[in-house]
Amino acid sequence: MVVGSVAAIGAGLAAIGAGIGIGLIGKGAVESIARQPEAVNDIRSNMIVMAAFVEAVALFAVVVALLGNG
Amino acid sequence: MALYRLKPLLVVSFVSIFLLNTISLFANEKPAASKEEGSFNVTETILEHIKDDHSWHLWGHTTIALPVILYSPQGFEVFSSAKLVDEHHEPVVYKGKSDYKLVEGKTKIVNAAGEVDVEASKKLWDFSITKNVASLFISVIILLLVVLTAAGAYKKTGITTAPKGLQSFMEPIVLFVRDEIALPNIGAKRYAKYMPFLLTIFFLILTNNFLGLIPLFPGGANVSGNIAFTMTLAVCVFIVVNLSSNKNYWEHIFWMPGMHWSMKLFLAPIELIGVFNKPISLMIRLFANITAGHILVLSLVCLIFIFKTVYAAAVAVPFVIFIFLIELLVAFLQAYIFTMLTAMYIGMASEEAHHDHHEHAANELAHH
Repeated sequence: MVVGSVAAIGAGLAAIGAGIGIGLIGKGAVESIARQPEAVNDIRSNMIVMAAFVEAVALFAVVVALLGNG
Repeated sequence: MALYRLKPLLVVSFVSIFLLNTISLFANEKPAASKEEGSFNVTETILEHIKDDHSWHLWGHTTIALPVILYSPQGFEVFSSAKLVDEHHEPVVYKGKSDYKLVEGKTKIVNAAGEVDVEASKKLWDFSITKNVASLFISVIILLLVVLTAAGAYKKTGITTAPKGLQSFMEPIVLFVRDEIALPNIGAKRYAKYMPFLLTIFFLILTNNFLGLIPLFPGGANVSGNIAFTMTLAVCVFIVVNLSSNKNYWEHIFWMPGMHWSMKLFLAPIELIGVFNKPISLMIRLFANITAGHILVLSLVCLIFIFKTVYAAAVAVPFVIFIFLIELLVAFLQAYIFTMLTAMYIGMASEEAHHDHHEHAANELAHH
């Protein structure tokens, strides 16, 4: 029998959401760099900030999952 | 076409190998659940490594006992944390002004029977120099040495000559904080006032993040992955942002201009929550990022103990090194993000009204 916690499923779902979000950010950034290579610095810093926002939501879920586990 | 057919087969075989492994893994774990001697509990081991502690474990059986400082209605009391544990690192009762015992890492007052006295423990204030506090002192010493040396060099030679030694290490980072973080977000007029605050936050988080990644003595404490540390930073940000706010900022929160009155009523509570939400998200972001990184590294190391074979190290160790490299990036990135968002919030709070500008532009458009 597989023993585990529902919190682990929650952490997995959050990882899927963050994966989609960061993938979309990367797609948008690469596309816009291809269109405007001269704006690469602005786009990169904006990309990092946006990725941090998305990642933070996933990590909130990780914290909740940890609390649920413990 | 052959590849097209091969692909699902590959997927199925990978999944089945993985599933077989997990089933055998859980089968192995079953006797461990019965708490026999020498069993290995992954969650407990990982949490023990990321949490704060009264002693600093160096290697093997060598630990540094840190001072315990307690304040109770009987007054202050200072003693070594070595007195709270026996030679097997099990908590024992220490008889000071009251009887103290470590319960789940926290100092509590116990009665003669060894049970926790809840009423008395509520009046006990723990000001101990724990592992995190000691690590914070170390990072403060490092920061003071580096920053004061660089600042002294500027005082001596001025800013006319090329940077030398530590200066050439510090100058690009300080310029990075100024040109990439403060200037674009706060604006050329007001940024200078906030530079000391932003630089302090940036270097404090950066130093603690890097110290947390070093597995040996001067590092190893999980300071920036401690919610109390990030909360203190977030409270500082909250105070600075609200002290630098102007009328325009509060108008945008309580009575959003350019909206229908029903929308204004609807937006006011949401914007008010946002005022508190911003520092809270800063707090959780830093805490969760650093803690998640530490947990990741520790669980990969734990793989060796789960499979109970040294050959698992062949997979685990390269992975750990890879994660460490990513964590180096994250350590810098989180310091950057925290400072960047702080600058952004300050910029938003102290922004001048734009209405005149918009109306002006609209008038010009109408004229053409």
